[in-house]
Amino acid sequence: MAQTIPLSWYLAISAVLFAMGALGVLIRRNPLIIFMSVELMLNAANLAFVAFARFFGVLTGQIFVFFVMTVSAAEVAVGLALIVIIFRNKHSIDVDLMNSLKG
Amino acid sequence: MESSGLFSLVPLIVILPIAGLLINIIFGGRMNEKDIGAVASAASGLAFVVAALLGFALWTGSGEAVVVPFADWIHIGALNVAWNFRVDTLSVLMMLVVSGVGTLIHIYAIGYMHEDVRFKNDIGRYRRFFVFMNLFIAMMMILVGGDSYLMLFVGWEGVGLCSYLLIGFWYEMDTLGRPSFANSNAGRKAFIVNRIGDFGFLIAGFTMFWWFKDLSFAGVFTQAAHIASIAPGVILFITLFLLVGVAGKSAQLPLYVWLPDAMAGPTPVSALIHAATMVTAGVYLVARSAPLYTLVPQAQATVALVGGITALFAATIAVGQYDIKKVLAYSTISQLGFMVAAVGMGAFAAGMFHLVTHAFFKALLFLSAGSVILGLERGHHHLAHHGGHGNGSPKSPDFGHLPNKSPNLTHLPTSDSELRRLESDDSSHHEEVFDPGDMRNMGDLRKQMPVTFWLYLIGALALAGIFPLAGFWSKDEILADAFQKFPTVYWLLTVAAFLTAFYMGRQVWMVFFGKPRHAAAAHAEESPKVITIPLMVLAALAILGGSLNLPGVHSLTLWLEHTIAGVEAGEFNFLVAGLSTALALTAIALSWVLYGRKPLAEGQIDPLKRLLGPVFTVFERKYWVDEVYWAVFVNRYVDISHFLADVIDGRFWHDFVHEKVIAGTYNWLSRTVLDLHVDQQFIDAIANGLGELTKRISSGLRRLQNGFVRSYALAVLFGVVIIVGYLLLK
Repeated sequence: MAQTIPLSWYLAISAVLFAMGALGVLIRRNPLIIFMSVELMLNAANLAFVAFARFFGVLTGQIFVFFVMTVSAAEVAVGLALIVIIFRNKHSIDVDLMNSLKG
Repeated sequence: MESSGLFSLVPLIVILPIAGLLINIIFGGRMNEKDIGAVASAASGLAFVVAALLGFALWTGSGEAVVVPFADWIHIGALNVAWNFRVDTLSVLMMLVVSGVGTLIHIYAIGYMHEDVRFKNDIGRYRRFFVFMNLFIAMMMILVGGDSYLMLFVGWEGVGLCSYLLIGFWYEMDTLGRPSFANSNAGRKAFIVNRIGDFGFLIAGFTMFWWFKDLSFAGVFTQAAHIASIAPGVILFITLFLLVGVAGKSAQLPLYVWLPDAMAGPTPVSALIHAATMVTAGVYLVARSAPLYTLVPQAQATVALVGGITALFAATIAVGQYDIKKVLAYSTISQLGFMVAAVGMGAFAAGMFHLVTHAFFKALLFLSAGSVILGLERGHHHLAHHGGHGNGSPKSPDFGHLPNKSPNLTHLPTSDSELRRLESDDSSHHEEVFDPGDMRNMGDLRKQMPVTFWLYLIGALALAGIFPLAGFWSKDEILADAFQKFPTVYWLLTVAAFLTAFYMGRQVWMVFFGKPRHAAAAHAEESPKVITIPLMVLAALAILGGSLNLPGVHSLTLWLEHTIAGVEAGEFNFLVAGLSTALALTAIALSWVLYGRKPLAEGQIDPLKRLLGPVFTVFERKYWVDEVYWAVFVNRYVDISHFLADVIDGRFWHDFVHEKVIAGTYNWLSRTVLDLHVDQQFIDAIANGLGELTKRISSGLRRLQNGFVRSYALAVLFGVVIIVGYLLLK
């Protein structure tokens, strides 16, 4: 039953998820939403890893997913801490307001 | 072979004076006066010793010429001119005269120039004087000791240079000590007139080189007969152009004009250079070139006539001169005329004999005249410092009004005529300017300066040709030879001899007899021994010098026979001798009648002027030869050079070509074309355009950096897409 869904479908979903995540990063102004979009991109990558692992019967992809999840968790922790600090200074978390590097 | 060893000493006659002058140049700053003079005199004296040794070697040897090689010089193709010395009887005779009389004059000059130091307190000048004197001796030795016409010419030019340096020795003043260009002008005149003579010499030298392919004496003389047979005009050409050189150096017509002006130099210079040695170089040249001259009788006749006419001409001028040294200068020109006439006629021995005796008594006369001048200076000095009963107010000593700083020489007269004009309207002067050389200021000096008087008298009698002094023998030999060979010249010379005795008598009466015509003469003092002792030596030579070539014995003629072929011993002609003595005595008696019997009083006009009237004025004004030369030659040359300088060089080259054409074009190019159009419009446009471009690019690119994180993230995304796409599609 699991073999009847072709690999390409899984990859397509992964791609769509990745694209939506990228779009979310680019369009949304709220950093929390941006982080969520980043998670979405990471999970799209995870999906691709697992799909390939399942399809080729190799365990490597599935192990890699663990790494990715760990990294994303750490990264979100740091990111949320940054947002808290930024909020303390600017009293707003609109990323468009953080343009001090404007040249 | 001891004598051949002595011959090799000959380079010393040049090296010793040069060593003397080098010592004085290098160490002279630390030496005192006496030592400087001693070094110079010793150099000259040692050169005399060497010359004497050479003479001894010739005398005890065969007497034939010896060529002593010294150094290689020019070796171009077929021409080989070396720096060789020629020791033969003629050159050794000249060497002895030059160094002998020269040494005596050096010693005299120690005393004479000391006065200069005493009054002007300038020992640097004293040193310079002796350096130049030694240089002169060295150059003269090169002239007489050389073995080729080229080496002779080196010495010829060298003595001309020294003459210039020494005439203009007191270069910032005139004879009376006033700031002026007069002395330096006199030096310049001497050099330029000599140059004209040198031009003649050079043309002769070039012709000699062209035809003979050789310039050494031996080479030229051996080929002379051959060249004369194939092209006789060449020898005539050469000898006539050599005569031009002789006329310049030995002050004959028409190039004698520098010698009277040369009296601006110190008296020792006048004695050495312009009486005894340099001016005799021309006579030496003709004697040396005897093999050439004897081949062309026309040239010989020309030389003899030039000499004879000059002798008479100069003697007439000497009659009308008032300056003691000018009389002697014209006398020198006249006596040189005698010598040139003698060697021109072929009477080489007589000419050289007269050269030697003339050196003795003319040097004696000049140096004694210097002593007289010094005596008058001292008298004047006395008056200025110790008395008020002289003419004029007490003022500084007149040996030269040398101011403490150098005079302003920009507004000074630049020609003889200007100077005379300024001298005549001396209204700006409230000081009287005293001329110690003017015979009208002298008188009765035999009481004040007895030693000088007797010595001067000996010199004057020798010059007049009174038996048995030296001048009688030498002058008579010339007259006897002229009587035989060239009667025209004989009469010219006889009249000149008459005038010689006359003007010397005039001079002696005016200077030493009568009453003093100026207070300075009344207070004149005798000169110190360092001045009178050399004079005594010269006087002894003037008295005994005749013994060099007594008729019958003919020592000098025999001596010269070794060198000059065909020099015959003349017979003693009693008629000629008697006539000349009678004429001389008559002339002296005439001078006594005019100047001795009723001595000239102060301010009185010369009795001869009243007698001869305008003729005397012609003599006094030297036939206006200088004025004619200025008007015809010199001023035209000055005009040409003004034209070339102001019009051609100034207005055309400078103002037009350089300023307008070259500088103007360049400036126009650079300002208008290049600056305005090219630089400002084109290059600036490029530069500014680059800047604009950069600004626009950067303002364009600046918009990328808007500080928004999202757009940066978009950029990252684009980059990733591109890279992955490239990798996938590769």
